[in-house]
Amino acid sequence: MKIVVMGCGRVGARVSSILDHNGHDVSVIDIDSRSFRRLAADFHGTTIIGTGIDEDILRSAGIEEASAFVAVTNGDNRNIMAAQVARLIFNVPEVVVRIYDPVREDTYRRLGLTTVSPTTTISALILDHVIGAGDQIAPRRGMEG
Amino acid sequence: MYIIVVGGGKVGYYLTKTLLSEGYEVLLIERQADKAEVFSEHFGSMVLAGDGAEAATLAAAGAARANVVIAVTGEDEDNLVVCQVAKQKFHVERTIARVNNPKNEQLFRMLGIDVTVSQTNYILHLIEQSIPDHAFVHLLSLKHADYAIVDVSLGEDSPSIHKKIAEIELPKGCIIAAISRVSELIIPTPEVELHPGDDVIAIAHRDEEDALREVLVG
Repeated sequence: MKIVVMGCGRVGARVSSILDHNGHDVSVIDIDSRSFRRLAADFHGTTIIGTGIDEDILRSAGIEEASAFVAVTNGDNRNIMAAQVARLIFNVPEVVVRIYDPVREDTYRRLGLTTVSPTTTISALILDHVIGAGDQIAPRRGMEG
Repeated sequence: MYIIVVGGGKVGYYLTKTLLSEGYEVLLIERQADKAEVFSEHFGSMVLAGDGAEAATLAAAGAARANVVIAVTGEDEDNLVVCQVAKQKFHVERTIARVNNPKNEQLFRMLGIDVTVSQTNYILHLIEQSIPDHAFVHLLSLKHADYAIVDVSLGEDSPSIHKKIAEIELPKGCIIAAISRVSELIIPTPEVELHPGDDVIAIAHRDEEDALREVLVG
């Protein structure tokens, strides 16, 4: 399966390395070539320097044949824009986007993107350890925007 | 009318200043707190420090009662998300985004932004208009970008000159809207004859622009 990953930080590098190890054809995009050092030593995929919000960069990463696109840069807005380009311009069947801001995550989930919010997920995990799963986990008023 | 401007660069600053002087109710949102503080000295309480792409900031800005949200930061992805959040979450009637990379103009329209402004394209059009040999100039792209208003300058050797409007076979999806002759604007009735030096103002479908150019100027 052809997969394009945008952002080669800790998460992007790990996702890319595991997918590559499992035999998938992975292209990983990052604006900083030094980020590619995070990839596993036996990574066989393609690395592309550039910004994933540029259609030409996405094309050179093979987005036209991709079955999945993963947007995991540090910028929520960059991830959101690239994900919409992948979905609407290139019709990539599976698009997963990381959005730190829970409110923005909610907005774009409603618009049909597959979203992951580390803020919500990790907070829930931590709270689970601290106060136990039985307690109600609800954001304080005002935090939901 | 209440207008929210997001992004306190040069464009955002002068836009806010001009809109205020024209009597609109304006709020400028700037992410950098120190910059926002400087703006507050100029504009008083018309400035809010915060990230305009965050729903909480837009809520504090009273986006739900805003008539227009204009995003003019230097980053296209930020401008896109500001406008989409304003539209989806706060139901703002009109969203305007500055597009830094001209390639993104069409994408932004596809993604529901009402109006896009590309400085690069604008300057390009101005250059095209000031080059006399350029016979075919885009004046304006209409919403959804399928139609454009174009200006076609007729020369001595254009195949359409000395023909009446009724005799010209226009491609499907094109219509002549007006003829600009010296300082006169002529309404194109079927009997009007085209002259060398005329500027034909036409509305043309994007796919038919080449065919229109062929018919008018060859």
